Amino acid sequence: MSDPALRILLVDQNVTRASILEEGLREAGYTNVAVVRDMQNLLRRIVDADPDVIFIDLENPNRDVLEQMFQVSRCVRRPIAMFVDHSDTDMIRAAVESGVGAYVVDGLRKERVKSILDMAVSRFNAFSQLRDELDRAKQELEDRKIIERAKGILMKERGLSEDAAYGLLRKAAMNDNRRVAEVAQSVVTAARLLK
Amino acid sequence: MKLILGFIPLLDCASLVVAAERGFAAEEDLELALVRETSWANIRDRVVVGHFDAAHMLGPMTVASTLGIGHVKVPVIAPFALGLGGNAITVSLRLWEQMTSEGASVESDPGTHAAALKGVVVSREKARREPLTFAMVYPFSCHNYELRYWLAAGGIDPDREVRLIVIPPPFLVDALRAGQIDGFCVGEPWNSVAVHAGVGAIVTATTAIWPFSPEKVLGCRLEWAQRHPKQLASLQRALYRASQWCERPRNRAELATLLSQPRYVGAPAELLRQALEGQLAQTTHSKPSHLENFYIPAQHNATFPWVSHALWFYAQMLRWKQVEFSADHLAAVRATYRPDLYRAALASLNPAIPVEDSKIERFFDGQTFDPAQLPSMG
Repeated sequence: MSDPALRILLVDQNVTRASILEEGLREAGYTNVAVVRDMQNLLRRIVDADPDVIFIDLENPNRDVLEQMFQVSRCVRRPIAMFVDHSDTDMIRAAVESGVGAYVVDGLRKERVKSILDMAVSRFNAFSQLRDELDRAKQELEDRKIIERAKGILMKERGLSEDAAYGLLRKAAMNDNRRVAEVAQSVVTAARLLK
Repeated sequence: MKLILGFIPLLDCASLVVAAERGFAAEEDLELALVRETSWANIRDRVVVGHFDAAHMLGPMTVASTLGIGHVKVPVIAPFALGLGGNAITVSLRLWEQMTSEGASVESDPGTHAAALKGVVVSREKARREPLTFAMVYPFSCHNYELRYWLAAGGIDPDREVRLIVIPPPFLVDALRAGQIDGFCVGEPWNSVAVHAGVGAIVTATTAIWPFSPEKVLGCRLEWAQRHPKQLASLQRALYRASQWCERPRNRAELATLLSQPRYVGAPAELLRQALEGQLAQTTHSKPSHLENFYIPAQHNATFPWVSHALWFYAQMLRWKQVEFSADHLAAVRATYRPDLYRAALASLNPAIPVEDSKIERFFDGQTFDPAQLPSMG
């Protein structure tokens, strides 16, 4: 059940991930969401947002800065790590695995924030998946480009058809236990050296 | 068995890297997977949830985790120390100039330096200028407590007369250059990097404030140690041999090159070598001078987890009001550092293991810390 009155602060330098989580939270009915991307004046931003819940991405070295602010600053209510109850190690594990650190203001009841953490974890996971897919798509595009160039070289130098050129690359790859794109890269490099 | 160990890119992750890279772990049938982390909070969390079997940890962090200050209360133990010293205090060139006009010089002792800094603090107060800002790396760190000890010994109230903030080590030099901070306390190579970049001067090594002062430890969950006693002992032995390898002067150049790789510390090998030798240039124009016992990987029982270290950290947590005294806490702190596990694992390798668990710690200002007196501090 969502609790729209809760104020949530996201500290994330990755614009895409921050908007994915922000969007998820808004869709779930949490309207009090603030995002900090610029680490300058972090304390001022926290004071202004006066959050009940804070999320920070674990790639962010400024996580230690945040923890110090919670320790010493008298102008922020004192947040503590989410789920200080030892029985909740599983929740913390899920958060850490998805790459998000979570803090709640001391005294906030667990039931009020569990759905928010679940949301953050699933959105962070979705982002990692998205990033993996993006990386794969980029790699595939690169592979295709280099294979096209290698095919072109083989067609020109050896007078092969396009299919035959690809067949040759594939056979060489299978023989050497390498990827077709790797063989294609060798062809392109060799052709450049022989020019 | 494969063990996953977290570390932060700093000089004193050396024993972990050498144990993994120079066969000391393999001799104990261990395969070490070292995972570089970006924050101490991540190290703590990943140890607590079991991502890491053990990690390169700030000594006071094991105490904070065991007491549950600011985070989940999970007993974490320190069965092995990753060397002594290695930290220094660096200030901006402007502050250094002001300190020299208050009587400080490269040769001064920490007391003279602190007095000079007090002079600067007072004249800033009179001129109604903003207080100086010093950075360190984590609230529960030797850096925080050493910096505070030195400031307080010089008559400077670290909570009132200066500002203390946290900045991650790789950002410190830029922050100093930008004038965002006036000084910092951090482990090498970051002090030397600031000097080398021409933006800072090293005021003092913290070993001059507290000779043979502790730094990082191997930290792991108590529960993990109880489940894997043999693997922990193997790891302690591998790290002990690795620390001795690090200590040998003839290995320093090789160690510096190894650590300089981007996947480990990623700093210039030359600066790392100088830090290993204790040869630190205090200012851009001064020649490197030799700092006695600056960073000690193995000698002087540098790997022994003295309970007095854990108790001193607890005393600082009390002094600076991070936590309130309780007898239960005191007992838990004593059980955090584990000389018993150290003795059991290393009896055959190290003939000179101390028989005492605690010692009296001595500081530059003539003060001593006698852990036996701790209960009366509450």
